[in-house]
Amino acid sequence: MSHIAPPAHWRRAKERYRLLGSKCENCGSTFFPPTKVCPKCRRKGKIAQTEFSGKGKIYSYTIIHSAPKMFEKYTPYILALVELEEGPKVMSQIVDCKPEEVKIGMDVEACFRKLFEQDGEGVISYGFKFRPADNSWKTSY
Amino acid sequence: MRVGIVGYGVYIPRYRIRVEDIARVWGHDAGSIKSGLDVIEKSVPSLDEDTATLAVEAARNALKRAKDVKPSEIGAVYVGSESHPYAVKPTAATVAEALGIVPNTTAADLEFACKAATAGIQACMGLVRGGYIKYGMSVGADTAQCAPGDALEYTASAGAAAYIIGGENLVAEIEDTFSYTQDVPDFWRREGSLYPRHGGRFTGEPAYFEHVIKASKGLMEKLGTNVSDYNYVVFHMPNGKFPLRAAKILGFTTEHIQPSLVVEVIGNTYSGSSLLGLAAVLDVAKAGERILLTSYGSGAGSDSFSIRVTDLIEERRNLAPPVKYYVERKEYIDYALYARNRCLYRG
Ligand SMILES: [Zn+2]
Repeated sequence: MSHIAPPAHWRRAKERYRLLGSKCENCGSTFFPPTKVCPKCRRKGKIAQTEFSGKGKIYSYTIIHSAPKMFEKYTPYILALVELEEGPKVMSQIVDCKPEEVKIGMDVEACFRKLFEQDGEGVISYGFKFRPADNSWKTSY
Repeated sequence: MRVGIVGYGVYIPRYRIRVEDIARVWGHDAGSIKSGLDVIEKSVPSLDEDTATLAVEAARNALKRAKDVKPSEIGAVYVGSESHPYAVKPTAATVAEALGIVPNTTAADLEFACKAATAGIQACMGLVRGGYIKYGMSVGADTAQCAPGDALEYTASAGAAAYIIGGENLVAEIEDTFSYTQDVPDFWRREGSLYPRHGGRFTGEPAYFEHVIKASKGLMEKLGTNVSDYNYVVFHMPNGKFPLRAAKILGFTTEHIQPSLVVEVIGNTYSGSSLLGLAAVLDVAKAGERILLTSYGSGAGSDSFSIRVTDLIEERRNLAPPVKYYVERKEYIDYALYARNRCLYRG
């Protein structure tokens, strides 16, 4: 199985913990995962780090019944391509949602979850997943 | 210099299991358990939730309510828990990283059974008052462990509450704090053991009540206040009965304690318990009202706080979901699914 060594885990952690991407200050394009060069502006581009809001919509999805070993315990689960409100699309598991409830276009929001653990002894990887957006608390309480 | 709460936030996982569904598996009488504990159901974390993820969600909500506080201004992060995911590797660093508080901050995990996070609030108060930091954060979070079939299984649940402490823009001022600590073997877990052990009935009088009552009385003596000065009282909630009885012993009424009693429908969230109760009160309290908060941690100790709500509460409390939202947002699971989650989430 793909064993993730601690340094690799650590390098990707920041962008997964906070949904950190990049933005070209020349043309406004946003990227996740973060890029070093803007493909549109090339040398004219000016890339800066940006933190995405975590709000987005489900662009497409699939239900996973047969998963790689490290995700087996979650099956069946929803794997979706989420379009962030800032533009980039990110692949993520959708949680707090039953497979029969998921829909294309559904509003989702980022949450912080365990992504995988190698075994009982290894490093735990944390990061964003998405759940159905619920703003009912703003009006109902 | 004043010191107090600048922002607060909570998180409760959405899964619940009913007392009936646990009692059926062990052949216990659900009716007598429910009336004995005053608990009807408890929260259960998802497979991919642990103390660190709960703490991050609560901390993000606290930061939303603290509005003008930048993560980089938070100079201390403490996480109190008895179910830290690692034996060695701090949950507090994960929380600090996930909120963008890193790298210029101090951070540490605290342990004192269910009261570690109120000790964290006291540490933040000292650092703020001493001028060492502008803001500090203390989070109480647990995915509580219990041996299958043990009486604790009916109450041991999951949840988190986070508090940002500072000297200005307070939603509630902390007027003073007082603690009471002794070495008492009422509840423990040895290094390497999966589940805690407890002293059964011994957990009541010499443990919970002795410390909660003495700390609360000590605080009121120190401040020269009495029961009639407080609008609300909040205690650690191992079950629904203990806090109600402690309130009665001190001379408080059911009305004083009722707004904080979330234990009946979410169980005992251990390190999150009294601080979730405080959040439930801050969700409804009016400016000028006073709250007496007393935590309890087995082993044993209590931290008591006298808190006065400020005008700022009105505009701040609507910036993040209230306790009631998380309490009512729920999906029931059966014992089989609960067992699957539990064997994987224990810390
Ligand atoms: Zn560009």
